[in-house]
Amino acid sequence: MITASVLILLGIGFTSAVILAVASKLLYVYEDPRIAQVENVLAGANCGGCGYPGCAGAAQGVVEGKAGATVCVVGGDAVAEKVAAIMGLEFSSMEKQIAFVDCTGGIRAEEVYRYAGVKDCRAQHMLYNGSKMCPEGCLGFGTCITACQFGAIEMGPNGYPVVDPNLCTACGGCEQVCPRGVITVWGMTARITHLNLETDCLAPCRQRCPGQINIPRYIEQVSRGDYAGALETIRERIPMPLSIGRVCPHPCEGVCRRGRVDEPVGINMIKRFAADWEMNSGTRLPISCAPDTGRKVAVVGGGPAGLSCAFFLRRLGHSPTIFESMPKLGGQLRYGIPEYRLPKAVLDWEIQGILDLGIDVRFEQFFGKDFTLDTLREEGFEAVFLGIGAWMNMNLRIENEDAEGVSTGTEFLTKVGLGVESGTGKKVVVVGGGNTAIDAARTSVRLGADVTLMYRRTRDEMPANMEEIIGAEEEGVKYLFLAAPTRIVKDGDGRVTHIEYIKMELGEPDQSGRRRPIPIEGSETLIEADTVYTAIGQKPELSCLYEDGVCQLEETRWRTLAADPDTLQTAMPHVFTGGDMHTGPALVITALGEGRKAARSIHQYLNGEPPHVDARTQRDMIPYTMFTDVPNVGYRERSEMPHLIECDERACTFGEIEGALSEAQAKRETCRCLRCGLTCYNRDMVDGQECADGDCVKNQ
Amino acid sequence: MDYFVLVIAAIFVNNIVLAQYLGNCPFIGTSKESGVALGMGLAVVFVATLAAVITWCVQEYLLAPNDLDYLQTIAFILVIAALVQFVEMFLKKAIPPLYKSLGIFLPLITTNCAVLGIAIICQREEFGLLQTFLFSMASGVGFMLALVLLAGIRERLDLARVPMAMRGTPLGLVMAGLMSLAFFAFKGMAS
Repeated sequence: MITASVLILLGIGFTSAVILAVASKLLYVYEDPRIAQVENVLAGANCGGCGYPGCAGAAQGVVEGKAGATVCVVGGDAVAEKVAAIMGLEFSSMEKQIAFVDCTGGIRAEEVYRYAGVKDCRAQHMLYNGSKMCPEGCLGFGTCITACQFGAIEMGPNGYPVVDPNLCTACGGCEQVCPRGVITVWGMTARITHLNLETDCLAPCRQRCPGQINIPRYIEQVSRGDYAGALETIRERIPMPLSIGRVCPHPCEGVCRRGRVDEPVGINMIKRFAADWEMNSGTRLPISCAPDTGRKVAVVGGGPAGLSCAFFLRRLGHSPTIFESMPKLGGQLRYGIPEYRLPKAVLDWEIQGILDLGIDVRFEQFFGKDFTLDTLREEGFEAVFLGIGAWMNMNLRIENEDAEGVSTGTEFLTKVGLGVESGTGKKVVVVGGGNTAIDAARTSVRLGADVTLMYRRTRDEMPANMEEIIGAEEEGVKYLFLAAPTRIVKDGDGRVTHIEYIKMELGEPDQSGRRRPIPIEGSETLIEADTVYTAIGQKPELSCLYEDGVCQLEETRWRTLAADPDTLQTAMPHVFTGGDMHTGPALVITALGEGRKAARSIHQYLNGEPPHVDARTQRDMIPYTMFTDVPNVGYRERSEMPHLIECDERACTFGEIEGALSEAQAKRETCRCLRCGLTCYNRDMVDGQECADGDCVKNQ
Repeated sequence: MDYFVLVIAAIFVNNIVLAQYLGNCPFIGTSKESGVALGMGLAVVFVATLAAVITWCVQEYLLAPNDLDYLQTIAFILVIAALVQFVEMFLKKAIPPLYKSLGIFLPLITTNCAVLGIAIICQREEFGLLQTFLFSMASGVGFMLALVLLAGIRERLDLARVPMAMRGTPLGLVMAGLMSLAFFAFKGMAS
């Protein structure tokens, strides 16, 4: 019996073994031994953050080449290094990724839907398709908090999740459960290269900002006293907060929802406060850059667009070299904007911070003369950014325009910027109504001239900023509206003595929406002038693109360089453009924004993918966010920018006029922000909110 | 008709997990998501059917003729373990996508008492080969049904606010108990 039992069991065992042995021969599938090795060094959390079902799947993905050494989101650099060693790769430090909550909205779903006890944003989303007020934002029920295995998310005081970057492992658990896409796990590269999408939480100010700065976020950071964080937020979009804080005409404030209640939030004042805080502290905040890629990019033009492009290329790990025709960087910021608006010392400090990231500059290099696209290629530059600005002035096309004493506003401002004798006389007439005209007029006043600004429309139609117009008037600039020059009168030496103008009246609105000026026949009048500055528009000087009479790139009908409006790639795939050279004369912030867009496209190009943007990219203002009804918001007075120099002293000094807000003023101003999203906003400051101090108490 | 009753009884009345309390470990472990539950259920149906048929042959032609019925448990374990290994190898070679989708579940079945239980019940009830085939498959379907139902409930529970201490397995066990009570309602319909 025992013998039979043993024999039977042995027989079954032996038969099974033989069958399995034969099967293992016949059904053998080769498995790379590295899969097991890689699996052994992975964190073993099976968190799914890598996108694979488990660590075994991730290991297989690595060996099959579908995933990189950095596949394990929990393991960090140490694990990545081991994986790279197994795979025979070199590893340099991994970019830190964290979960990022992009919803600063105040009011979420007004009705919490309860379905058989279920109170969860996923159920709300399924049953109600989300909030009543915001079709995109956070519902604030905190499913993401439950999903986080690492305790890195908690519900903030405003009812939306707050991520602790120190605890976040970027496993992606929160991102997966969020039904509204409010949470994204991404690193610096992704944040820098992200363009506004219509599905993002875009307050009107963010939609309007040509630089796409996350305005509500940095205002919120300033309100918390996190000035370094605010600057980091700003520098994810623009490299020059000091300059922009001084010269930006802040189109964002024009659409600020607060403006529907009382006055817009002083967005630019807050930006300037944060930027000045860094400069006054004397130490520069560290700016993170991706590991070096060693890819060389030529940036032609060291103005705002070129500086921005170089800055972001460097942050993305590439090696840009700026080719500048002038002796110093800054472009129109240095040579077009007077000292009293943007002190050169401030500009120098800011530019030095950009160059300190490791950007090479070659000064006094003229594109088309000292180097060409071909020579750049021969030198090993894999891509080129063209941002030479719009320095060529439009002519008045009137008699004697070539008289001595007649020059353009930009030439005059450049001379002053360079510290060269400008030859300004005692009676100056500036022709034009834009910011350049005002700058020329105010600069002439400071040089001791009697200045008249001639504009063919009325004050209301002037394209210059209203505060600039008022500032100029306060400093003694006289305005001559509804007047257009018809002739320059010169003396025997060929020097201007008078300018003849014709009076105008306004007719029907033209294509620009402004009323068209019509000359009044027989109203010609002479005005005395020994110097005339014209500032009626500029365009890019594109002759440098021509070789032997042939332009390698395309021009637009406005004589700007043609490029894809989204990617800024020109007709030559490795050449990109941006700034005034692409848009024509525009704002500094537009040029900075285009610099980043171009850097993004160049980054894609260098990575071997065609430059592209998301189909949901936001281009225009999103209509349903432009409502005018903003109920239950208390009145709060807007802070005023302090003046450093009193009005009567201004006309004889180039010292900076506007000062920065104090810390208390800046914080008070941040309290005025409604923290809008696409549609939601804080009805008013409520108890428990961070800046609900005495200054923020409802004042209605 | 008898076969029909046999199948219905195996699925509902004598459900292998909710009435016989076998295979609770994979039942709780793999019932967190419907997709996973369905994969595990299908794997159990396949292996349980194959195992029951082979063990029936082992019992009928090897153990019974030699009066070695007492070796049933150990012999069946050997056979089922070898069978699962064989199936795993076969799927890995022949149908890699199915193998990948089953993943960890195939090895889990090796130690699944539900599969062994089904094979032993077939012997205890003295089923013929066809009855063994039908019963084992129906029992596998019963296991799958219970698994998918529990997974559906647990997915739903994920959306609810549940005290921390009760989340996961504790609540899963409570739900399994409640489902078991519910399945007792089938008692007396067939046997």
